[in-house]
Amino acid sequence: MIGLRWAAVRFGGALLTLFGVAVVVFLVLRVIPGDAITASMGIESGTLTEVQRASLEHYYGLDKPLVVQFFSWLGQVLTGNLGVSLISGQSAASLIGAALPITVELAVLAAVIGTAAGVLLGMFAASAPGRWRDGTAQTVALLGLAVPEFVLGAVVVAALASYFGYFPDTGTFVPLTSSVTGNLSQMIYPALVLAVGFAANVMRTTRSAAVEVADADFVRTARGKGVPAGRIRSRHILRNASVPIVTITGIQFGYLLGGTVIIEQIFALPGLGRLLFTSIENRDYPLVQSSVLVVAVGFVVVNLLVDLLYRVIDPRTRAA
Amino acid sequence: MSAVLQVSGLRTAVATADGPLEIVRGVDLAVEAGETLAVVGESGSGKSFTALSIAGLLPAGATVTAGSIRIDGQETADLPEPARRRIRGAQIGMVYQDPMTSLNPMMRIGPQVREALTVHGWTAAEATRRTMEVLDEVGLPTPGAMARLYPHQLSGGMRQRVLIAIALAPRPKVLIADEPTTALDVTIQQQILQLVGGLRDEYGLAVVWITHDLGVVARIARQVSVMYAGRIVEQASVLDLFGAPTHPYSAALVASVPPMRGTDRGDLPQIGGSAVPLADLPIGCPFRERCPQSIEICAEREPDLLPRNGSHAACWVEPGDWT
Repeated sequence: MIGLRWAAVRFGGALLTLFGVAVVVFLVLRVIPGDAITASMGIESGTLTEVQRASLEHYYGLDKPLVVQFFSWLGQVLTGNLGVSLISGQSAASLIGAALPITVELAVLAAVIGTAAGVLLGMFAASAPGRWRDGTAQTVALLGLAVPEFVLGAVVVAALASYFGYFPDTGTFVPLTSSVTGNLSQMIYPALVLAVGFAANVMRTTRSAAVEVADADFVRTARGKGVPAGRIRSRHILRNASVPIVTITGIQFGYLLGGTVIIEQIFALPGLGRLLFTSIENRDYPLVQSSVLVVAVGFVVVNLLVDLLYRVIDPRTRAA
Repeated sequence: MSAVLQVSGLRTAVATADGPLEIVRGVDLAVEAGETLAVVGESGSGKSFTALSIAGLLPAGATVTAGSIRIDGQETADLPEPARRRIRGAQIGMVYQDPMTSLNPMMRIGPQVREALTVHGWTAAEATRRTMEVLDEVGLPTPGAMARLYPHQLSGGMRQRVLIAIALAPRPKVLIADEPTTALDVTIQQQILQLVGGLRDEYGLAVVWITHDLGVVARIARQVSVMYAGRIVEQASVLDLFGAPTHPYSAALVASVPPMRGTDRGDLPQIGGSAVPLADLPIGCPFRERCPQSIEICAEREPDLLPRNGSHAACWVEPGDWT
């Protein structure tokens, strides 16, 4: 079902992309003023003598050519050493390892809710294009897109606090492994906020794809067979509209991996977004570098999965 | 023997920005079991809308406004959608013009045929057995393997066979074929014509074959209705239509078929002008302005379809008086 050649080409492509990402991440941090010495020593680095600076540069490997520095860094990354946080002294790998599952859980929750709501709303709108239900659904979606998530997040936090006496940003975080209900009661609100914009995009894509497919000849064939309208929508229209829906879902999911910075801040979730935010604030370069790399890897992996899904969904793509 | 399909006074209109526009303006048809009626006309003559009206497959915005459509004596024109759905497929099968786009590209062949049965209450086992049987009947080799293929793995001719299988699987009484050979190669056309002809005899189907191709008419049908501007202008046997047409439009159509034999390489006769727009029908006979026979009354009243020389024609001028 999934051709070996295709897999080889696609995985090779993904590896190349990741290599490119590594190069960019590495270079960007070398271009920013200040190196590892100024970052760790601050203004004191200005008082270093030539000899002291040279020995420190040798210690950090900064005296070697850029290419050598890059590959030695890449080698470290590939063996799981993402460096050490300049602030806490903890390994970046363990900090990211603790933060990543929270962000992934948040993104998965938002994606599941957003996709389900978006597809339902989109099919609802497409079932009578140009009529009142279409207009209503499209207006709702536009509203969902127009309200920024930081506004919606703040409103939700304020509403929860004043009407339910629940303060999501003061409690300590409960991991999924220690209490599923405790964890979900913390995660559901930020996930819902993220799901709004997610659903709006999925809705618009679903609607336009479904409206287009509904005009296809094979839908008329299905009607001619006497298939009931509901089954035509689920078995014939939605199936054939699913490729663009999977695409928009994948793109948004990938975006969420790095795009939860604000929402994690508002809801005080110790996820990757928050880690990235604080490490940028603290100029904790090794941590910024490895967090960005992890987000990028996540994006590439999600894209690979989406490509794989196309082949599962659409038999025509398997032949090529 | 009474007709399996009996259509009378059928009128179909589509909603436009300027109000409803009549596309089918009072059509009568009757087809008996085991017979084929060909409906001929140029684009815009209303032949496809006639077919879709009978099959209950009109697109959004189009409705049957008057008339009766009886299948085996049962009136179907005024049925509500749920009852209509149960007739579609089960009692009227339909085959379409473009086999390349008329199958769901994401579903295997087997389930697409099976669905035509299960939605009409066939049990899973019966539906599976019948699917294999009908795939075999339409001449597809190795039905078991065929059922597992996707449409893109089949040629146009094979896809049209699958669509015929879908139409015939629930053993309908009526088959509506809307130009099913137009998109196919000539050799495949011939195969499909033979296949449908054979199945019609085997099943005792009443077939309505919509086409613009008089060559096809001669090969599939014994009776033919010629449509122009939403009405039937001549109703005749195929032999009479080709031998002694009773309407000037049919006569012009027959004359414009290229001769099969002979050395005459002269220009083919054409019908001057173009089809009248339905939104802008003139008073009187709609064919008047293209008609070489037209007389005074043609500009005043539209003629009714009346018996003439063994056929039926809607024309004020008798063939004997033609110039």
